[in-house]
Amino acid sequence: MTVKVSYYPGCSLDGTAREYGESVETVARLLGIDLRELEDWTCCGASSAHASNDAVAVALPASNLMIADKTGMDLVVPCAACFSRLKFAEKELLAGKEIAGTSNKYEGKFQIKYMLDFIWNDVGEKAIAEKVKKPLSGLTPVCYYGCLTTRPPKITDATNPENPINMDNLMKILGADVKAWSYKTNCCGGSLMVTCPDIARKMTGKLLNMAQEAGADCIIAGCPICQANLDNYQEEISKESGKKYATPVFYFTELMGLAFGDTSVKKSLSRHMVDPRPLLKKKGLI
Amino acid sequence: MKVSETTQTVIPDRAWRDKVEKLSGQNISACYQCEKCTNGCPVAFAMDIAPHRLMHSIHLGLKDTVLQKNTFWVCASCETCTTRCPNGIDIAHVMDTLKQMSLLEGKKPERKDIPIFNNAFLASIKKHGRMDELEMITDYTLKSQGPAGLLKQSGMGLKMVAKGKLGLLPRSHRANRQVKNIFKQTEGQQ
Repeated sequence: MTVKVSYYPGCSLDGTAREYGESVETVARLLGIDLRELEDWTCCGASSAHASNDAVAVALPASNLMIADKTGMDLVVPCAACFSRLKFAEKELLAGKEIAGTSNKYEGKFQIKYMLDFIWNDVGEKAIAEKVKKPLSGLTPVCYYGCLTTRPPKITDATNPENPINMDNLMKILGADVKAWSYKTNCCGGSLMVTCPDIARKMTGKLLNMAQEAGADCIIAGCPICQANLDNYQEEISKESGKKYATPVFYFTELMGLAFGDTSVKKSLSRHMVDPRPLLKKKGLI
Repeated sequence: MKVSETTQTVIPDRAWRDKVEKLSGQNISACYQCEKCTNGCPVAFAMDIAPHRLMHSIHLGLKDTVLQKNTFWVCASCETCTTRCPNGIDIAHVMDTLKQMSLLEGKKPERKDIPIFNNAFLASIKKHGRMDELEMITDYTLKSQGPAGLLKQSGMGLKMVAKGKLGLLPRSHRANRQVKNIFKQTEGQQ
């Protein structure tokens, strides 16, 4: 069975989050999802736009929704920030607001879905379970959802914004021994890692610490910024905090690829700053 | 009974409060100081005034007190306060409004790199329609830390290039008519 959807990769997926982009495409292929990249898509503006100019912040994502509208297919989005901005624009458009700089031609006969929720809700547990060839036995991850895929619920339409569970359930189906923790939606600092690293490293350090306390041997993310913040600065955070961190940070799609027995995902593992291969070898997963 | 360590006499400036409410579209007067925003805020430790106190200061119209704080600049836009506010105030959006008002007033934030980053980010979109990570981060680093800073940051940059996470070639994508039109019609607007 093939499901055809529009796909909005966002700016990071062929750059700093290349391993996310690669593994999303692999997993989609294996699950029979036909990702149709949105023609001539442009940046959502992310937090820099909404911090600077309300009009730009709605027009950039809205113009992409107007392209998606013509396809009539649901729009699937892997990045938390893109998802959040597109959903924000959707609410404005559905409220009938005039948006400067755009055609304002919009019917809105499609849904915007975050990649993880689309895979879990639309592809479904059964179809995922059938693909598992190499269960993630022995892996003890914590699932990290970050901020913008669930918050604020009046924008994201998330049913359980304080305690999302789709990634936990997905990883359990893949055979992982998922650990419970209270930090699954605590902020990593986002772009403060660039502008105020002194603040953001404390925020990310707290997450690394809590993951360790929960008995996790790795962290699973579903957002390019979360993954980068958690993965890239562990050396500095170790030095500053006096604790030793070398915790691999995966995208959930990388682990799906591995559990589905796909070897192409291995290539993306070499792109991580904390090399996850020793852990995966130890657990007999690669 | 002692209710406060210090007292301060303030003359409320309703006009300024009304302005913030109008620009943000939020009913700040609905805040009843429950402190849920502050208790859930993951950046509160780095703020010079807690979010609920900032809201109270806006309510009193204390423009100069509010705009000199770093609270709204270091807000990470994680949306926890907005999600939990029992009175439906989009507090994270008020923080954005304050950033925009502060820049229009010509204030120089203590955390000066934040607006520099936002400008570099938007400049890249304006040029390419999409954000070019390497170009954006180079532009930002040069403007915030100068050539010496660029040299200092190049270690992480080279690591990223080696891992295939940053392409050295500039993006071939150019901003389409739609993006050009958006910037043309919205610049200067709030």
